[in-house]
Amino acid sequence: MSAPAATAMIGQGARPWTSALTPMRLIWAAALLAFVLLWQFGEPIAEWAFKYPSALRLPLKTWIGGGMDWLVEEAHFGLFSFTELTRFVAAVIDLPYRLALGLLSSGLLSGQGSDAVQILPPLAWVAVIGLVALMGFHAGGWRLALLVATCFGFIAVFGQWHNAMITLASILIAVPLGVAGGLLLGIAAFRWRTVDQALTPLLDLMQTVPVFAYLVPILVLFGFGPTAAVVATIIYAMPPMARITTLALRGVSTEIQDLGRMVGCSGAQMTWRVMVPSARPGLMVGVNQVIMLSLNMVIIASMIGAGGLGFEVLAALRRLDIGAGLEAGLAIVALAIALDRLSQAFSQQVRNHGENDRRPGLFRRHPLVLAAFALVLATALGGLFVGGLQTYPENLKVSTGTFWSELLRWINVNFFDQIEAVKNLLLLNILVPFKRLLLDLPWAGVVALLALAGWTLGGWRLALLVGSLACLIAATGQWDKAMVTVYLCGVSVAIACMLGIPIGILAAEREGLRPTVLAVIDTLQTLPSFVYLMPAVMLFRVGDFTAMIAVVAYAIAPAIRYTIHGLAEVDPRLVEAGTASGCTRLQLLAKIKLKLALPEIMLGINQTIMLALSMLVITALVGTRDLGQEVYVALTKADVGRGLVAGLAVAFIGIIADRLIGAGASRMRARLGLLR
Amino acid sequence: MPEPAASLVPAATGAKLVCCGVWKLFGDGAADFLAASPSVDAPPAADDEALRRAGLIGAVRAVDLAVRAGEIFVIMGLSGSGKSTLVRCMSRLIQPTSGQILFNGEDLLAASPRRMIEIRRHQMGMVFQHFALLPHLTVLGNVAFPLEVQGVARAERERRAKRMIELTGLAGREAFFPRELSGGQQQRVGIARSLAVEPELWFLDEPFSALDPLIRREMQGEFVRLQSVLQKTIVFITHDFDEAIRLADRVAIMKDGRIEQIGTPEDLVLSPASDYVAAFTRNVTKAKVVRAGTIMTPLNGAAAPSGRTVGAGSRIADVAPLFADSEGVLLVVDAEGRPLGTLRRDAVADLMMQG
Repeated sequence: MSAPAATAMIGQGARPWTSALTPMRLIWAAALLAFVLLWQFGEPIAEWAFKYPSALRLPLKTWIGGGMDWLVEEAHFGLFSFTELTRFVAAVIDLPYRLALGLLSSGLLSGQGSDAVQILPPLAWVAVIGLVALMGFHAGGWRLALLVATCFGFIAVFGQWHNAMITLASILIAVPLGVAGGLLLGIAAFRWRTVDQALTPLLDLMQTVPVFAYLVPILVLFGFGPTAAVVATIIYAMPPMARITTLALRGVSTEIQDLGRMVGCSGAQMTWRVMVPSARPGLMVGVNQVIMLSLNMVIIASMIGAGGLGFEVLAALRRLDIGAGLEAGLAIVALAIALDRLSQAFSQQVRNHGENDRRPGLFRRHPLVLAAFALVLATALGGLFVGGLQTYPENLKVSTGTFWSELLRWINVNFFDQIEAVKNLLLLNILVPFKRLLLDLPWAGVVALLALAGWTLGGWRLALLVGSLACLIAATGQWDKAMVTVYLCGVSVAIACMLGIPIGILAAEREGLRPTVLAVIDTLQTLPSFVYLMPAVMLFRVGDFTAMIAVVAYAIAPAIRYTIHGLAEVDPRLVEAGTASGCTRLQLLAKIKLKLALPEIMLGINQTIMLALSMLVITALVGTRDLGQEVYVALTKADVGRGLVAGLAVAFIGIIADRLIGAGASRMRARLGLLR
Repeated sequence: MPEPAASLVPAATGAKLVCCGVWKLFGDGAADFLAASPSVDAPPAADDEALRRAGLIGAVRAVDLAVRAGEIFVIMGLSGSGKSTLVRCMSRLIQPTSGQILFNGEDLLAASPRRMIEIRRHQMGMVFQHFALLPHLTVLGNVAFPLEVQGVARAERERRAKRMIELTGLAGREAFFPRELSGGQQQRVGIARSLAVEPELWFLDEPFSALDPLIRREMQGEFVRLQSVLQKTIVFITHDFDEAIRLADRVAIMKDGRIEQIGTPEDLVLSPASDYVAAFTRNVTKAKVVRAGTIMTPLNGAAAPSGRTVGAGSRIADVAPLFADSEGVLLVVDAEGRPLGTLRRDAVADLMMQG
């Protein structure tokens, strides 16, 4: 968050409760005056405050690069070297991946490379659709079966089957590993305080550092290919699982824990027989998260060799072939919807006593398993004679690529001037001036104001954290790029809030509208972030404006969701009290509900900022000039130091915003007596 | 702190569980505070002040009590009185800050973790306020769970679990999941589970508080029936004074972590030790608590009058209707039918006038 915005927020929050001149206000007035003076007249006197002195620059890039070289070439743990460790990890992932790939896409092969001979064909497309439909039926009845079958059918019809199966294979490997890893980390954090203390900041960092940044070291350690991609996916998808596991375990009632100890459980029995099963509903939310994040990673992971749908999208985006990119992108969406609904249905499944009886015979107990086996066998045999059963017939494929390209051309021919006018208006009047302003500000002044904001909101610890993180950004020589990031992020977040909060208010006020809005943002959030980029590029071509549109579209959901939630959570007794004292509907909203929902809405804005930052990095592909671009360039050059340093700078911006807003929200909540 | 005053403990013979000078303080430096504090035996008010200055919360303070084998010992207190903490100290789910807990004469606080697991597996059972049933297991699985943890073979543990399920009146629901049962039924499962290991010492932590009043009554009756069959040593926690005097052989009343009074329901009702206890007993119908043996006139060698007899343990409320058609004196006899004294109409009327 930029300093002026922080000031505005504090000023506004303090108004109704305090008199005009408190010491805090005087300090702020003095600080702002000093800041403006420094900014306007300081340059000749204190040049260091505008340009970070190069003599004091921290050569963090070189250190990280050197550390990486040492890891790869020299690090040794006694019995084995670091390189051997990474090779071992790669082998562990590679074997099941080959198996899954063989099953879904390539068939079981014997031999190497192009000499390989297919021993067994892969699962027929009909069989895969049948299998997911059976799973859908098992978990959620025929409606779900129909939905997932439609999603997979869509993929086949649009000719994305082959690529989709490659993607599915890597998801099938990444998800169990991510879930297991996250579960173990979460359990460890639950059981040992020290692990928790070590893990929390690490997870914070992992979730705020843009993915691109750690793609670089993974690329260096694991090489280019599907294995590296799976590793990156696991690292990306695991932190929420670890967090949710710890939370879910902490949420298990103390009585259940007492029970475990009273019946004399050992440590392992306590964990696996009492705590983990009792925390199951929470854990399943984590599993769903891992699946969705893995899918979100599909396109990014293809930068280091994942192949499949992600590569298709990326390649199309690079050659600006919108039609092809959109089709592959929609196939990812179809996959995401199917897997999301399936996993949710599995997590909500409840067993009843009737289903628990033990009838003899595996197949009589599990008719669906029998059906699945029969289906696989029948299609495999049938596929030998009827080719169309094995692979989706070429002549039945539909492509809408030309349609999209034509539509785009039509829009561009007919509306080019209008679109350009809107774009230029915004660019010239808002985006560019704001960017200039931010770039002009003296870094030292901004750091000081941020620290002051931290001190006001959360005491000297927060001031120290915020100030030193901001200082580090300057010290590693990335201030200007960071300001571009702040500018793009700030503008996008502002627009997202200007659109999202009113939508949220509207949805909260009108009961009839709410389910629709919630369903729409649920769907928006299951879409991988790249999908947002495509229509934006189609209409506005490359540049900051396109990036901004994509970021707004991606990041608007939490602004809406938290607003609805915050308004819905307002104590109904207070609303009643307001009605009883004769408030109009509008007064109720403005004077009671919004005031009380403000802390929650601030958390929504916080989430919006986080999403915006993660999306910004991806928009580097459409030619922004910020930290994201820096990371992206580092990726193409496999420059670990450069990538990580820029990535950390993005993370720092995120952490600064997060801590300041979080502190502000909890202060406000305390003042409103809403402490949880 | 000084050595626990063992003399305060009533003759520990026949005691299953003894607490001597048990303290539980929450907050940093609790043990140091107790070690340094000379005020342990000081009046509670001085104590409150010292604790507040040290920033500590005294959940259990200087508790001495002995639970006799085969009795129902009820610990009654309002919320925040420390009763739940005390019962968790007794099973060492919570580590007391200081004091001694003797179970069959063995000091639990000195027991190794392994020994504690052993004791809990075989000798203790506990019923929880909110049932604490494992959601992923069936009724049968839940009841058999303590045995499963011990490593008892499936057939054997299911056989024993089924017996408990029958005993608690849940036969036929073995395959149900907790979610499919009513609150009362769920607590029956909790009771069956706690009994599955055939414990010597049975803790019930507000077992019926989460149930609605009618079901609560029914479960209390069920509990009395079970105890008449099983004859366990029971520590029963409740915040409901009526429940306490209905079920207890003896009651301990707790306030602010201290025990105000220990005694039979009659002791509490007839001679409350403090205003606090008196406040609870004021609204109790004394005739429903006091027994014939307590207000009879002892024979002291005089000849027993002829006429109807009542047991010394009968409650006055049950006996009173007999006066309607008798001449004014009933013979009180002990369990073996030997005459003990006479119960006079005016004594009964006197008691009933008090409310």
